[in-house]
Amino acid sequence: MARYGLLIDYKYCTGCHSCEVACQREYNYPVGKGGIQLVEVGPWQINKKKWQYTYIPVPTELCILCGKRVAAGKQPACVQHCQADVMRFGLVEELAKEMVKNSHTVLFTPR
Amino acid sequence: MLNPQKKTRARPWKETKPWQWEEDGYTVTRGSAWSGPGCHSGCGVLLYTKKGRLVKVEGDPENPYNQGRLCVRCLALPELVNHPDRLQYPMKRVGERGEDGWQRISWEEAYDTIYKEFSDIKEKYGPESVIFAQGTGRDIPTYISRLAYAYGSPNWTAFMSGLSCYAPRVAEMLITTGNFAVADCSQYFSDRYDNPNWEVPECIVIWGNNPVMTNGDGFFGHWIVDCMKRGTKLIVVDPRLTWLASRADLWLQIRPGTDGALALGMLDIIIKEGLYDKEFVDKWTYGFGKLAKRAAEYPVEQVAEITWIPQEDILAAARMFARSKPAAVQWGFGIDATKESVSAAHAISALWTITGNMDVPGGMITVLFPYGVNVWTGGWGYNDFLTETAKGKRIGLNKYPLLKHGFLFAQPDEVLETMQTGEPYPIKAAWIQTSNPIACIAADPKKLYEALKKLEFVVVVDLFKTPTAVAFADIVLPAATYPERDGLRAVWSHVGAINKVTQIGEAKSDMQINLELGKRFNPQAWPWENVQEMFTHLLEGAGVTFEGLRERGGQMYPSFEYKKFEKGLERQDGQPGFNTPTGKVELYSTLFEKMGLDPLPYFEEPAESPYRTPELYKKYPLVLTTGARRWGAFHSEHHQISRLRALWPDPTVEINPETAAKYDLKDGDWVWIENCMGRARSKVKVTPIIDPRVINADHAWWYPEKHPAEPSLYGLWDVNINQLVPWLPGPSGLGADYRSLLCKIYKVKEGEM
Repeated sequence: MARYGLLIDYKYCTGCHSCEVACQREYNYPVGKGGIQLVEVGPWQINKKKWQYTYIPVPTELCILCGKRVAAGKQPACVQHCQADVMRFGLVEELAKEMVKNSHTVLFTPR
Repeated sequence: MLNPQKKTRARPWKETKPWQWEEDGYTVTRGSAWSGPGCHSGCGVLLYTKKGRLVKVEGDPENPYNQGRLCVRCLALPELVNHPDRLQYPMKRVGERGEDGWQRISWEEAYDTIYKEFSDIKEKYGPESVIFAQGTGRDIPTYISRLAYAYGSPNWTAFMSGLSCYAPRVAEMLITTGNFAVADCSQYFSDRYDNPNWEVPECIVIWGNNPVMTNGDGFFGHWIVDCMKRGTKLIVVDPRLTWLASRADLWLQIRPGTDGALALGMLDIIIKEGLYDKEFVDKWTYGFGKLAKRAAEYPVEQVAEITWIPQEDILAAARMFARSKPAAVQWGFGIDATKESVSAAHAISALWTITGNMDVPGGMITVLFPYGVNVWTGGWGYNDFLTETAKGKRIGLNKYPLLKHGFLFAQPDEVLETMQTGEPYPIKAAWIQTSNPIACIAADPKKLYEALKKLEFVVVVDLFKTPTAVAFADIVLPAATYPERDGLRAVWSHVGAINKVTQIGEAKSDMQINLELGKRFNPQAWPWENVQEMFTHLLEGAGVTFEGLRERGGQMYPSFEYKKFEKGLERQDGQPGFNTPTGKVELYSTLFEKMGLDPLPYFEEPAESPYRTPELYKKYPLVLTTGARRWGAFHSEHHQISRLRALWPDPTVEINPETAAKYDLKDGDWVWIENCMGRARSKVKVTPIIDPRVINADHAWWYPEKHPAEPSLYGLWDVNINQLVPWLPGPSGLGADYRSLLCKIYKVKEGEM
């Protein structure tokens, strides 16, 4: 069976929350609940010039990978609205190829 | 970076696109966003409605500007549009001001009352006795200024000390270069990053703003991230470590209010080390020698002391910026929020000028209104409808010469002074539209409060009942959000149609209100049957009607050329050069000289600072900066939107762990922030992103869920940080120290909450 996933390039995730709110709106989830949630790591200083300050959106158990949107030729709500354009939806095998080329990526397979 | 996805979706916007269709039981309407609620960006949106109710907003994947992306404020918009607290019909006050008693009235009665009151005041005192005040709306200046002129008043303003938001930078650029300039992130091309004429900026300086949060002034902040992925390196000048700063090659953690010194120091390094573009400087600038001499007064050792930035970082930043080809600056409110803002802007724009980045691909592009369509600045009809007598009565005209050089606002600090003293003439009424000044832009809001309370008649036009409406309004008019109105979005790169898809109560757009009321005062000034006709008139340069614009998909991109100064496209006489008296970029400004202002950039300490007022610093030992932006709120707006409020529920003050330890504070504690003017309450966030000597407090807070009537005014006085900010503009009349003050902090006691 083909498996789909979400690839996230967390090098460039700015923590803008658009993924969270887009998902909440798409499925009318109440405040505090949704198919994806942002995690903040940092900010703390690594050395004089370098900081740990990372955001990673993490799909929750509610993520259904926007099957209906995808069937209609659209991107999942979070992927489309991601302001930093760091999310990709696709077949796990295809997304994995991107991981080989890029550092700071994470691949989620919510279903 | 990941294989580009969205950039390939942005195609030249040539073909006509459908503007409305049915999908899955929804009607989908393509259009543009823009205020209200407050939005500086104007992204392409798809509005989903069902039976006339807005249920969803999506980014338009085919729109070149945002390429399908949206910020949380638009994504959460249906909650705001349909919010039960929205103003739904005109109301008149019942009981005393501040008691929050209201009675519903018809639009006719509202217009009749306003017409009568304003006309009586005109007769008794003259039309200049009515102030027309706006906030940081987008297309509002055009329409509110025309309403003022149609009525006969020259006093169009905003209640913000020194009009300290973009106006200082805009004034400086117009005076010294004859035009505006913005960082080139390919926004002028509808095929965006694929356009063969565009170049990736090698370096962008993010100066005094956090663009990914703000999307300020027609600049979609995440374009910076798009550029970073394509190789752009960043220098970030900010007192706080923003996310962008964490990804920068150089983060210059500047002491608030010292940007001018940093820019002068960088100029000195670039000039002394010969890193400037000699050919450009020789051919296209005026006064380089004098600038070099002035910059030499700011050696790096001294600048390091002033700014608290290590010398080696200033040297590295100057060299990196000068050697990067092309390089750009994305600057913001931080520059405006000092009383010497115009001079700081002069120094910063000199940086991109002498390094040859003016109007080159990937540099600082000079921009005009698209097709000449201007719905962004005020002054519409100034020469047509104001009498010479009225023009001469504009407040501030005699004190600030800038106002005589094409800047048509009434100077806010002088407006307040006039309201207080009645000199040189009494102020009797105010029309406040798109603004909640006592919760937001006003410095020392109690001073404005006293002055507004004295007026005989006040009208407030807004989306919600605000502290300003409750405290002062005699009549409140319900304004429409952008999905409830037709309109034009036009700034910099393109013209867009804003399309009405829903109606809330009896709310009307600001433009419709001004058209309908304006007709009563002067029908010649408002000859259009309806707003659509008015928009068609404004679209003249684009050669399209409003309906035509909408039907071709709602977006039009004019052609764009680089190096317009070489081609005679900057000046009205068609000669090469810049639109200044010398025809060059004036590093030494002949106009500032004429106005009695320093023709060269300089630095002066903020009015309160550790070095300027050391005695005060002993009493108030922390530098206070304010107003960092948050994802979910546009200034004083959005606090009642649950999804957005959840992202940032309380006014917050950022304090370094070292300082927090000293004051025995932990996350979630509440503190008073106080100076000799007043105090405000804020919730502590302990964070290493800020210098131990500086704290940063949120601005523009009020609690829509709290009691509206006075003295509460939605809890405003507990949390408005501007109670610590004086009305004190710089010598140009522009800029004020909103972000560089001194303060002390102490814990809120039990029972004080």
